[in-house]
Amino acid sequence: MQDFGAAFAEAFALIAGLDAELMAIIGLSLRVTFSAVLIACAIGLPLGALLAVGRFPGRAALVVLVSALMGLPPVVVGLAVYLLLSSAGPLGVLQLLYTPTAMIIAQAILVTPIVAALTRQVIEDLHGEYDELLRSLGTSRLGTVATLLWDARYSLLTAALAGLGRALAEVGAVMIVGGNINHVTRVMTTAIALETSKGELALALGLGIILVCLSILINAGLMGLRRTAERMAYA
Amino acid sequence: MPEVLAIDFGDEKASPPAILLDDVVLERGGKAVIDRLSLPLGPKGVTAFMGPNGAGKSLTLRLIAGLIAPTAGRIRFAEGVPLPQQIALVFQKPVLLRRSVRANLDHALKTFGTPRRERPARLADLLALGQLEPLAERPARVLSGGEQQRVAMVRALAANPKYLLLDEPTASLDPQATAAIETLVARAVAAGVRVILVTHDRGQAGRLADDICFLHKGRLLEAAPAARFFQAPKTAEAKAYLAGDLLL
Ligand SMILES: Nc1ncnc2c1ncn2[C@@H]1O[C@H](COP(=O)(O)OP(=O)(O)OP(=O)(O)O)[C@@H](O)[C@H]1O
Ligand SMILES: [Mg+2]
Repeated sequence: MQDFGAAFAEAFALIAGLDAELMAIIGLSLRVTFSAVLIACAIGLPLGALLAVGRFPGRAALVVLVSALMGLPPVVVGLAVYLLLSSAGPLGVLQLLYTPTAMIIAQAILVTPIVAALTRQVIEDLHGEYDELLRSLGTSRLGTVATLLWDARYSLLTAALAGLGRALAEVGAVMIVGGNINHVTRVMTTAIALETSKGELALALGLGIILVCLSILINAGLMGLRRTAERMAYA
Repeated sequence: MPEVLAIDFGDEKASPPAILLDDVVLERGGKAVIDRLSLPLGPKGVTAFMGPNGAGKSLTLRLIAGLIAPTAGRIRFAEGVPLPQQIALVFQKPVLLRRSVRANLDHALKTFGTPRRERPARLADLLALGQLEPLAERPARVLSGGEQQRVAMVRALAANPKYLLLDEPTASLDPQATAAIETLVARAVAAGVRVILVTHDRGQAGRLADDICFLHKGRLLEAAPAARFFQAPKTAEAKAYLAGDLLL
């Protein structure tokens, strides 16, 4: 048990001392996750809006599919991206396997359905409220989507933060396609898994503490946003 | 079921109608909520639709605005189907965007294609028109019901519409706010806007309307000049409605 106490002490020392290795791992984690969420938003926001506002054959099926994909198991996504990027795979020539780019791709695939499904829900509700007004003003289709996206901005930020939370905590997909290579593709979650299995509890704990803090921060941000939105009656 | 009375707008019949509702039927949930509604609406003035809750007044305005299509029958406009910015509808429950008052009006102007350079001046005019200057930067949805109604009203006027459809624009407003809205309506009418109004307020109908159309359970039971309608309603339903004891 004194091991345990010592590990905690060492973990705090690493954090307080801004340990270079620790910082590098955190930095890569944030870079990968933020990039993935940005890409997921670039695809998921318009896709969700299209599903909410558009009327085309297959829409209902697509809505169900996107919702179902929200629960994609990360290891399966990791496996699929691995098969795609491995040297024998269709995108093998790009030589992306075991790079941060591969991790970004895998996480973007994980987060896009979350952003798209939440966006669809939010935009559909708002569209129900705005539809007659916007039509009576003669708003174009593009103008309608733009108006809805802008007026739902707080809720959509919530969707993006939800995606961020999921990507940051995810370990299966980045482990498979990143390979957890030291100084190259090692991120917080994979490092925790590795260090724990090696018995190097200090680094694992230090990363764990930071991960939990980030997660709390994200959730606090979510709540703060919601509160602001309500206060401003923009919600 | 009472007979639908002949439409009796007096002199107005002389001028050809600007809007003609021609045997309009609207079915919802397997039943006709608007039942064979035929009505010529002249080119000028104010027509008020009256009738008990659920009579079909709001649906009639939506039909005229082109927001919903009739199940049968037609709605004709003498000058051709108006562009969206030529026909403005103020909803019974105002729908405002989750933005400031100014941004709500600016959004409408942008949608109507008002050039960017002209918008600030137009905005100032509109805010002044609705006495909304002190509220301009407030989120529209925290305003009181009356203030929201005023924003919706001014937004409807933003495009200088030819036709202005108002669905109970002063329900739940205090007397002062009601007077302000009525002044806006009167000014629009003076500027040649054709106004169609839904109201339960007999006094307001008397002040604003030239003609009254009385709807009951989706059917037009009376259409007459306002003075005549209030003095001598012809159907038992209209009499009961005006006396305040119509049983549905
Ligand atoms: N989608 C729908 N499905 C079924 N019934 C409907 C639908 N839309 C409207 N109705 C019915 O049509 C009738 C007329 O509705 P409308 O809103 O036009 O009434 P109104 O005359 O404006 O009443 P109020 O004075 O209460 O505003 C109501 O009985 C309403 O329940
Ligand atoms: Mg109504």
